[in-house]
Order: sequence, then C-alpha cells, then structure tokens
Amino acid sequence: MALRRVLGLGGALGRRSCCSKRPLPPDFVEALRAVVGGPNVSTAMAVCEQHGHDESMHACAPPDAVVWPQAVGQVQELAALCYRCRVPMVPFGTGTGLEGGVNAVQGGVCFDLSRMDAIAELSLEDFSVTVEPGVTRKALNSHLRGTGLWFPVDPGADASLCGMAATGASGTNAVRYGTMRPNVLNLRVVLPDGRLLHTAGPGRQARWAPEGLGCARWGGHVGAHSLPPCRKRAAGYDLTSLFVGSEGTLGFLTQATLRLHPLPEATATTTATFPSVRAAVSCTVQVLQAAVPVARIEFLDEVMVGACSRFSGLELPVAATLLLELHGSQHGLAEQQRQAEEIVRLNGGSSLAWAEEPEERGRLWAMRHSAWYAALALRPGCQGYSTDVCVPISRLPNVVVETKRDLQDSGLTGPMVGHVGDGNFHCLLIFNAQDPAEAQRVHAFAQRLGRRALAAGGTCTGEHGVGLGKRALLLEELGQEGLDTLRRIKAALDPHNLMNPGKVL
Amino acid sequence: MAGLRVLVGVKRVIDYAVKVRVAAGGGGVQTQGVKHSLNPFCEIALEEGVRLRERGAAAEVVAVSVGTRVCQAIDDDCNQTGQLLAAMLDWPQGTFASRVEPEGEWVRVQREVDGGLETLRLRLPAVLTADLRLNEPRYATLPNIMKAKKKPLEVVAASEFLGGGSPPAPPRLRVLKLEEPPPRGGGQRVDDVPALLERLRASGCI
Repeated sequence: MALRRVLGLGGALGRRSCCSKRPLPPDFVEALRAVVGGPNVSTAMAVCEQHGHDESMHACAPPDAVVWPQAVGQVQELAALCYRCRVPMVPFGTGTGLEGGVNAVQGGVCFDLSRMDAIAELSLEDFSVTVEPGVTRKALNSHLRGTGLWFPVDPGADASLCGMAATGASGTNAVRYGTMRPNVLNLRVVLPDGRLLHTAGPGRQARWAPEGLGCARWGGHVGAHSLPPCRKRAAGYDLTSLFVGSEGTLGFLTQATLRLHPLPEATATTTATFPSVRAAVSCTVQVLQAAVPVARIEFLDEVMVGACSRFSGLELPVAATLLLELHGSQHGLAEQQRQAEEIVRLNGGSSLAWAEEPEERGRLWAMRHSAWYAALALRPGCQGYSTDVCVPISRLPNVVVETKRDLQDSGLTGPMVGHVGDGNFHCLLIFNAQDPAEAQRVHAFAQRLGRRALAAGGTCTGEHGVGLGKRALLLEELGQEGLDTLRRIKAALDPHNLMNPGKVL
Repeated sequence: MAGLRVLVGVKRVIDYAVKVRVAAGGGGVQTQGVKHSLNPFCEIALEEGVRLRERGAAAEVVAVSVGTRVCQAIDDDCNQTGQLLAAMLDWPQGTFASRVEPEGEWVRVQREVDGGLETLRLRLPAVLTADLRLNEPRYATLPNIMKAKKKPLEVVAASEFLGGGSPPAPPRLRVLKLEEPPPRGGGQRVDDVPALLERLRASGCI
C-alpha cells in the first residue's frame, strides 16, 4: 500500500474514488451465466487474480467475476446487462500491458475476449485483414505466411492485436511502418450500453479471398461479404482514431481491420557501439535526417547491453549501442548499408557486421525484446517500472544525456532502451518495493523525466498508454481544456463511467 | 559441388497451430474448412535446399509432391517416410539433420539424437530428413510469389512411373476407429492432508 501511495496511485481525478468497490447485485452472476453459459463465467479467486493485473508493477486489483464471451452478440448482451445494473466492465486481451490497464480498481466484470479469435476477410490486393481480440500479432503473421504480407507493429510482447489498438501500441518497427494508429482501418466496437459501432462504417472491410490462399476459419467465425477498404476517406469525425488508444475506457474493441504491408525482399541487421550515449543518439538523428529508410533503430545504454548480453548469452561489448535493421530490395539494401556505415563512422561508432540470416537476426532481436526480463534479472526479487517518454528528435540527445545523469545522481538502477528513431525511450527502473525511500526516489525521478519530456515538447507516454499511473502527467500535458474535452467525450459515450473506470482520466 | 541435384518432398498438411478434431464418424480427422499449410518440416527441408544452391553447393532444387491437386499427408506423424525411402533406394540416410555440409562426393550430417549430437559422413546420393533446428525458413515475399506463379510446374501421371497401365497399389492400412481421449474430469479440493488420505483410500488408490 505504501508503494501505491508513494507512486501517486491512490485518488483519481474522476468523480468516484479510484478504489471504491461495490458488491455485485444479487443474481447478477446467474444472469451472466445465462448469456454465455456456466463454464464461461468464473468467480474463483485464482481466476480473478489472474485477470487483475498485467506486466506492470501496479498492485493486482481482481474483478468480481470473469466472463469469456464467444461472439460479439454475447459481448453486447453482457455489456447491456452490466450497464443496466451499473456494474463496471474491464476488457482483457492478453494481459501484457505495462500501465495497469486491466486492473479492476473498482471491481466489476472482466471480459476476457481471448476466445473470440477469428481471422477473417483477408484481402491480398487491398492489403487488409480483420482480426478479433483473441488473435495475437505473432499468430496473425504466422497465418499470413506464404502470402508475402505481414503486420509490422511489434511491441515485443505477443499481444492481442485489438489490445494493441486499444493502447495505441507501437514498437521497434514504428520508425518505418508507423504505430497502430495509421494501421487500423476500422474497428467494431461494443459501446458500454451494448450497442454496436463500426468506426469507419459497417461492411467497410476487406473482400473475402478464396479458400486456396489459406485464409480465415481460425476459430470459427466468418465475416460477411463486404466492400474492400478504400485508401482514404474524409467522411465525418475520425472515430477510428478516437478509439485507438482509448485503453478500454470508451468501449470493447471486438474486431479490428488492419493494414498489411508487403514483406521486405531483403533484410539486414547490425549492432554498432559508440564511445558515448550522446554519440549513439546523435548518430540516430543523422541517420533519420539523411532519409535512410531505416526499419528499426534501437538504442541500448551500457547497463542495458550488459544485462541483455548476460541474459541472452550473447557477448556484446558493454557500451552505448544501436541496433539497426534495414529493409529493402537487394540493391536498395546495399545502398542503405553504405549510408548507415558512413554515418556510424562519422559518429565514432564501431564497424558494422551485418546479419542477414533469419536465425542470426532472430537472436539479436530476441535479446532486445527480452530487455524487460534482463533488467529484472539485474536485481532478482525487485519490481520493475518502465518510463515511456517521447520527445522531438531534435531534443533527443540532450534529454537522454540529462536523464542518464539524473539516474546516476539518484543512485537508481535504470537501464535505458528505446526506439530512438521515434524519439521514444524507456528507463527500466528496477527497485526494491519494500524500501519506501527507494520507491520515493523512483517516483520523483519518473515525475522529473515526464516533466523534462513535456518541457522539450514531447509526451509523457509514447506508446504504453496512461493507464493507472500517468493520469497526473496527462493533465500537465494536455492542459485543463484538453482534459475537459476528453472528459466530455467520455461522458457522452459512457455517462455512468462503467468502462474500465479509474484509467486514463 | 557442381551438378548436385536436390529433390525435396513437400506436402500440404493441416496447419500446425490448428486444434485437430476427430471427424464425425470416427474415420479420420476434420479436414473440411480447416486451415492447411506446407508441412513445416518440408519447408525447412526446402529452405536447406535453396541455401545449398545459393552457396553454390547444389546446382538445382526440385520440389516434388505426390497425390491429388491438394496433395495432403502427414505420415500419421510416424516419421517413417525418409527411412522407408532410403531402404527402398538402398541409399544411406541421415535423419533429424540439424546441419548439412556437402563435401564433394560425401555429405557430412549432424543429427539430433537423444544423447546429443551425432555426426555422420554419408556417400552421395543420400536421403536426409530435417530437424526443426536445421534452419529458419524465409518468408516468401510478394515479388517472389509473383515470379513463382510463372515457374514451371510439371504434373506427371502416376501410371507413367508404374510400368504402363498398372494401377497404384491400394493402401495397406485401414483406419478402424479414431477417437479423442476422454475429457479431463474436474479436480477436487480437500482441506488438509488427512482428508486427502481419506479420499485416496476411498477411491482405492491406496
């Protein structure tokens, strides 16, 4: 409890106290069972606890019940039921979030949507596909094998794609392929009262492709014939963009239509070490300014590289490092490699050894993606907290260097890793939750970092979302008018504050 | 070695990620409307063939399949096809290969076995089967998919190989019945060890 207080988690900005819990109305669980069937409702303690936390260090807040709807009609019925009885609702995908987005701080019903796992309406000509919440990004890319297409948004975890849409996820490939926002074409949303909304209009989805191309029937549900997605639209307010990043506070994202991309013909990955953090980050800025269409450019400071090397059994030099990946045609790739080598050299970087085989590249990225666990392994038994600031590229070198100095001055363990191509980096703070003094230093550091980013014209959360922990910073970032506008929109769609209460606002 | 030709058998199978279900009637598994893909092991074998060619160690890779237009078989997961073929051809075999290195008239094969790794040197021609650790197959890209559509695909009638006219031998195996294992029963909770012992005694387990 002391930790939550120290990290500013108690007390929300909303009307109701963040952690109030009302018991479920009588016969409510029976009513849930009547909709989805007995086996698809659970009030068991272990199940509720499993659904009351994600990968963050926010304390577990179990819901009162967990339900597993099998189809969108059931989601609608359940939502209407909860709405009538004023019971809070929390959507749940894979539970791999980092901001406590699934913690049921006001109890209620957790909707575990993982059993709705249809991949439908794959269109190879229009580069689109629709997925339900049970489909994870690795499952989708595996399904697309052999089509020459892929879905590039890669936040590391094997997250639910609809969950990624709900948090506006990003990842290592965003610098070239974009975050979730530009890659979500349409969303089928169940609103808090049970009504169904298609954010870009119903039926505006991909054309059904013939069986021979190996599509659909992943779990049973098959979409109706509908029209192919068009490339641009200027019809009404952009509802799709409103729901992307809404973190479950405006409705359930029960299906997403995603934009697919062609697989690159050739790929090459390399690491480059630098004499200083500033040199590494400046190199990144120059690579982007030279318009090298880099696919991934990740920064790891020497603490992170040391941790990752040990954790993954690779032997990398312990110094500020960039992990770069280039995509292109055979000829285009060679030119990109030349350009990258030159810029790295200009910044005092090491010579580059390009990995082209999938196994080698896989090893390097697995090392990078295990950063969270590698950081936790630095101090076993401790908790982790990840910051997520994002600043304009021009301010990145200074912000990173200042942050590093702040870390050292505060005496904190905080390996730094980041998607520097987007101006986004994370400090993985590893601290002893039982030590209030250290927890306080972590909290203070995170606040200073958030404000440093805001002062540099950036945002307090580039990709993880606001969730439970960043609501205070959201006010500073958007200002009172911004926050009031958000609240008015929320009140319009969810007047009783039942959708994932206690988050974002 | 110039002139080395690689023949890779490929099959279309139920996708590895699909939950296989017994078909109504118990005569087989459900295949209607179920996602099918290239057998992952065939894909690994094909990738190895392509890499040999890219390295200059092989001159040509030919992929072959047997059956109808939608050639499908998984060898009932028996892992016998490569071995049977080697015996019929009287060729050496290197199965569960995790590393393949041609050396002139020979090929050095590292195999995954229960005790670890075994390395064999086989005289060519030889039959090899792929282990998952052999390689990570590349994904086909759109330009390559388009080019593949224009590549020659030769279809040869089985009768041409069977000495003119004689029909293929009928299958020698007949599936009598196929059923899923019984569903798992619910567990029971007990409050303490004496209660546990009581239950175990009552059910005749001890």
